Amino acid sequence: MALDVAKIKRDFPLLSRTVRHELPLVYLDSGATSQKPLAVIDAESDFYRNHNSAVHRGAHLIAEEATDIYEGARAKIAHFIGADDVDEVIFTKSATESLNLLAYSFGQSESSSAISLKLGDSIVVSELEHHANLIPWQELAKRTGASLRWFPSTEDGRLDLSGLEQIIDVSTKVVAITHQSNVTGAISPVSKILERARNVGAITVLDACQSVPHFPTDVKTLGVDFIAFSGHKMVGPTGIGLLWGRKELFERLSPFLFGGSMVTSVSMTEATYATAPRRFEAGVPNMAGAAGLSAAVDYLESIGMESIHNHELALTEYALTQLQAISGLTLIGPKNSVDRGAVFSFTLDGIHPHDVGQALDDRGIAVRTGHHCAWPLMKKFGITGTTRATFYLYNSLEDVDRLVEGIHHTQDFFGARGIS
Amino acid sequence: MINLESLYQELILDHYKNPLNKGLSKNPIASVHHVNPSCGDEVDLNLELDGEMKLGVTWDGIGCSISQASTSVLSDLVKGKSSSEALGIIEAFSEVMSSKGSISGDPELLGDAVAFAGVSKYPARIKCALLGWMALKDAMLQAKLID
Repeated sequence: MALDVAKIKRDFPLLSRTVRHELPLVYLDSGATSQKPLAVIDAESDFYRNHNSAVHRGAHLIAEEATDIYEGARAKIAHFIGADDVDEVIFTKSATESLNLLAYSFGQSESSSAISLKLGDSIVVSELEHHANLIPWQELAKRTGASLRWFPSTEDGRLDLSGLEQIIDVSTKVVAITHQSNVTGAISPVSKILERARNVGAITVLDACQSVPHFPTDVKTLGVDFIAFSGHKMVGPTGIGLLWGRKELFERLSPFLFGGSMVTSVSMTEATYATAPRRFEAGVPNMAGAAGLSAAVDYLESIGMESIHNHELALTEYALTQLQAISGLTLIGPKNSVDRGAVFSFTLDGIHPHDVGQALDDRGIAVRTGHHCAWPLMKKFGITGTTRATFYLYNSLEDVDRLVEGIHHTQDFFGARGIS
Repeated sequence: MINLESLYQELILDHYKNPLNKGLSKNPIASVHHVNPSCGDEVDLNLELDGEMKLGVTWDGIGCSISQASTSVLSDLVKGKSSSEALGIIEAFSEVMSSKGSISGDPELLGDAVAFAGVSKYPARIKCALLGWMALKDAMLQAKLID
């Protein structure tokens, strides 16, 4: 069923504001962060107004309520991603922290553990990775002597799996891949990669930041070992990230941060550590963030992830047609809607992305410009950056029209002044 | 009112289309490479000094119209100036850039660079305008012309 975008837009207070020259906002930067519905803002506020207390600690009613809210959020996330065991969901501060947790802990594990790395082992990523799913693995490779390998990008910004058997081989201990590129929108052919990884006994990690918010994601169907994603890209609050992983693997991982809440016993010289999730949640966590995230999951489920996906598919098909009809525009990413999200990176002949972004901003259109934390991919394409428009459940076909009109205006503005 | 026309003044786009002193000289006394990590814009800048201790700047770069035009204007502005004069110009320009539109700049001192005053109303673009200027300051530090 088609989404009632006008109604959805009204749920997001920020989307009703005006920007430069009193123009209505066209928000096309959800790939960076999504806007928040009132229900999420209210849930976070309600936590502070009525339930604020340290979870898992206090001997009082409010602490019980806070714990219920926090653990309720964990259960909700587990259900949302199809995880059977609630304890397999770890709250972090961001997806970046989730990925760093894994890369750190893989480097710390006992040498008897299958997760430890050494000289001669390899870690596999891709050229499409966001810096957050690249640099932690670069550093792990440096610390352990393992080599870093990667799948290249094809010309249209998809993963090139032609070297699958060579890139993932018996030396491969970790495969960490984006589920959907934040630059090109390409959805990775994960089943082929995961199958190969399983065959060689490698641990698999998916950067699901651009997938979980946009289409139904089920960790059991995926057959992956770990996924990382963030709350703020799925209409939830900032400052809360997620890591889901298989329980038996979490038990073999060293903790990442040490301190309160994550121990079973402590003496002056040593400590023993709790099992997941507490093992990886040292300190007082982001409880209000969890309350907001819980409301975000409720909100997304009330609309339906399948409906959101179908809506974005319709936007993608329309935007691909409209954008590719613009003379002087080069789309950096798949040219068709197959296995592709509503992420559109492009360059305009003769006009630098930063100048494009500025001209669009002048028309009330919010996009992102630059390298999108995927500098190696920019180098691959021989460009310094792109202009990127990303769409979500609250964007309409009219928003595509506004973008196209804004691009024409940008070309006219700079063209009339002898640029481009 | 802030609008696109006031930001992208004709003079800025003229420098962007026809940059001055672009192309690196052979024998610099200092050579620097500056990058704006948030957008990837780059400027290479070579600093020269003649027998009378007067400056010369050549540069190369890739980036947006603001960063490239601003470096072009800078290279023309400091040509033949002493290092202390150049430092005064850089400081005056930095002051305009951090003024959020409240200081328009002294045309006697800043010449064509006053055209960038509008940039200071766009916080995300201030680094673009300052890219070449910070590169020159760095080159003068490396050459021990200032401290």
